Amino acid sequence: MNKGQKVNIEKEKCKSCGYCIHFCNKGNLSLSKAVNTRGYLYIEFNDKENKCNSCALCALMCPEAAIEVYKEEKK
Amino acid sequence: MNKTGKKIFINGNEAIAEAAIIAGCRFYAGYPITPQNQIPEYMSWRMPEAGGVFIQAESELAAINMVFGASLTGTRAMTSSSSPGISLKQEGISYMAGCELPGVIVNMQRGGPGLGNIQGSQADYFQATKGGGHGDYRMPVLAPSTIPEAIEHVMTAFDLADMYRTPVMLLSDGILGQMMEAVEFPVYKSKKKLPEKDWILDGAKNRKPRSVFSLMMQNPTILEKHNYKLAEKYKKMETEVIHETYLAEDAEILVCAYGIMGRICRGAIDMARKEGVKAGLFRPVTVWPFASEVVSKLGKKAKKVLVVELNLGQMVEDIRLAVEDNKKISFFGKPGGAVATKEEIFAKIKELIK
Amino acid sequence: MKAVYTKPISLTETANSYCPGCGHGLVHRLVAEVIDELGVRERTIGIAPVGCAVFAYDYFNFDVTEAPHGRPPAVATAIKRCLPDRIVFTYQGDGDLASIGTNEIIHAANRGENITVIFINNAVYGMTGGQMAPTTLEGMKTTTTTKGRDVKVAGHPLRVSELLSSIEGAVYIERVTVIDPANVIKAKKAIKKAFQNQIDKKGFSFVEVLSPCPINWGLKPLDALKFIKEKMMEYFKLGVIKDSTNSKESK
Repeated sequence: MNKGQKVNIEKEKCKSCGYCIHFCNKGNLSLSKAVNTRGYLYIEFNDKENKCNSCALCALMCPEAAIEVYKEEKK
Repeated sequence: MNKTGKKIFINGNEAIAEAAIIAGCRFYAGYPITPQNQIPEYMSWRMPEAGGVFIQAESELAAINMVFGASLTGTRAMTSSSSPGISLKQEGISYMAGCELPGVIVNMQRGGPGLGNIQGSQADYFQATKGGGHGDYRMPVLAPSTIPEAIEHVMTAFDLADMYRTPVMLLSDGILGQMMEAVEFPVYKSKKKLPEKDWILDGAKNRKPRSVFSLMMQNPTILEKHNYKLAEKYKKMETEVIHETYLAEDAEILVCAYGIMGRICRGAIDMARKEGVKAGLFRPVTVWPFASEVVSKLGKKAKKVLVVELNLGQMVEDIRLAVEDNKKISFFGKPGGAVATKEEIFAKIKELIK
Repeated sequence: MKAVYTKPISLTETANSYCPGCGHGLVHRLVAEVIDELGVRERTIGIAPVGCAVFAYDYFNFDVTEAPHGRPPAVATAIKRCLPDRIVFTYQGDGDLASIGTNEIIHAANRGENITVIFINNAVYGMTGGQMAPTTLEGMKTTTTTKGRDVKVAGHPLRVSELLSSIEGAVYIERVTVIDPANVIKAKKAIKKAFQNQIDKKGFSFVEVLSPCPINWGLKPLDALKFIKEKMMEYFKLGVIKDSTNSKESK
């Protein structure tokens, strides 16, 4: 799991169904070019423009429980 | 066995139900079918009185699967039925064997095939002893010949079930279910040191979650391993043979019968002995495991072997395998619900010595 | 960083064996979240069906048993009666519950067993390769209705929730789906209520989930969600079908 981001995806569990991509309002999720060990393309999180508001719709729709969502703590 | 000292007059079905309660059975599910209806009827009031659960299930399928569920919780559980209903229970029995769940199934046999009739019968011997359900499993089967013996072996059945984590069948018949005898209920104490039930499902509190299943799909070696493990268990179960002999040591005519016919054959042997005919009885109580060594020895010594059953000849195949001398083995059966009388059996014995 | 969403403790680390986009994994997750939130993981016993969800015992992090095809309600009945303070639920598909197990589900409901039933309706037999289920829609192609389900031959799709709603012993029946975030939230709420009812000893609670089976429907996962919205929901209407929770006193 790629910890430390707002959206962490356990790529080995991902089967590239695409639900999270579809329901992400910010367009921050996309399919990988490489495959995981089970032969699936997996979801990659890319928040270059810092648009992610940790809404967690991606995790909500994930049939694999492969997504964890975090948000920055208010200081 | 310790007795309670209180004698009561009771029919076989109710005696079996009460014996189960005494043995600590606290779950019963059943479905009406003649000639075993007194078991669910008795359980319907007696089980709640004993603090247990009684359910009149929607079918025999549901009843056996309720026993499956109760057994999962570590509760001693039983169901009963008669032949057509036992056919339906085979699904659950096979799953219980595969999942290694203890439980007691009572079959008060009636005539078949199909609906047959409601008379007593021994037509389910093959189904009970050769694995009525699918898959490569074995199940201890006890066939009592009197009501006191039925009481004793309901208790044996629960012990064997817990000892080996297996379904166990009490194979009786409508005759024993309906007849009445004066009996004294024993105080139950397990004859075995039973293993702790460390496999039950009661919630994963302070332990890792458990699962119970018989599906082993990942690769063939897993199911193979599971079945070899079961086979090892069945080997141990084979030592649990119970049988009775009566005047068999010097018998020239060895009569082989079980259950109610075992009891009647005893009368026929008394008649024969009175007339100087050396007849004796071999009566298996466990019809699986089968006392093959005993009958082999006795059968080889005897001049003739007569197998008597209330069917067209089922246990006779096990006797043939054990005695290994087909020519000396005869069969006498009644497949329609009538009971063979001791006079008829004695006549058959006399025919053999001619 | 503060966690907004993490994997529920009631799910194991095992990756599930469901096909891409299958609703089973999603509903497993919702059940696990509810059990976590209600704090009952250590006293929950689940009953897996025969069908795709047969391996549920590998994915749920609490006690789970297998049951013969269609019999989970009978098994659950006995477990709950023997251990009344445990949380007992069945998880069944449409072949298991709506076909081979109709007798068991009707009578468990009729006895008012205080159990929770999660019913996955994906209109097809998944595990065996896509044959017609009792819930297969009219005209829908399956491997045993290659020209589409002909209701004159195969009957109409069975509305199990409506069927069960006539039973006095059933206190709560709701049909939900998992096709978008709003519906997933509703589905979880229904599942939570079905478990809460059991904790409150209200009686038989039943949640039917219209669930995607993209592989056997021959659709891409997103198209499967669309199929539910446009086709399944036309015939299987979402919503509370029966709720006498508030009029039922604890048993």
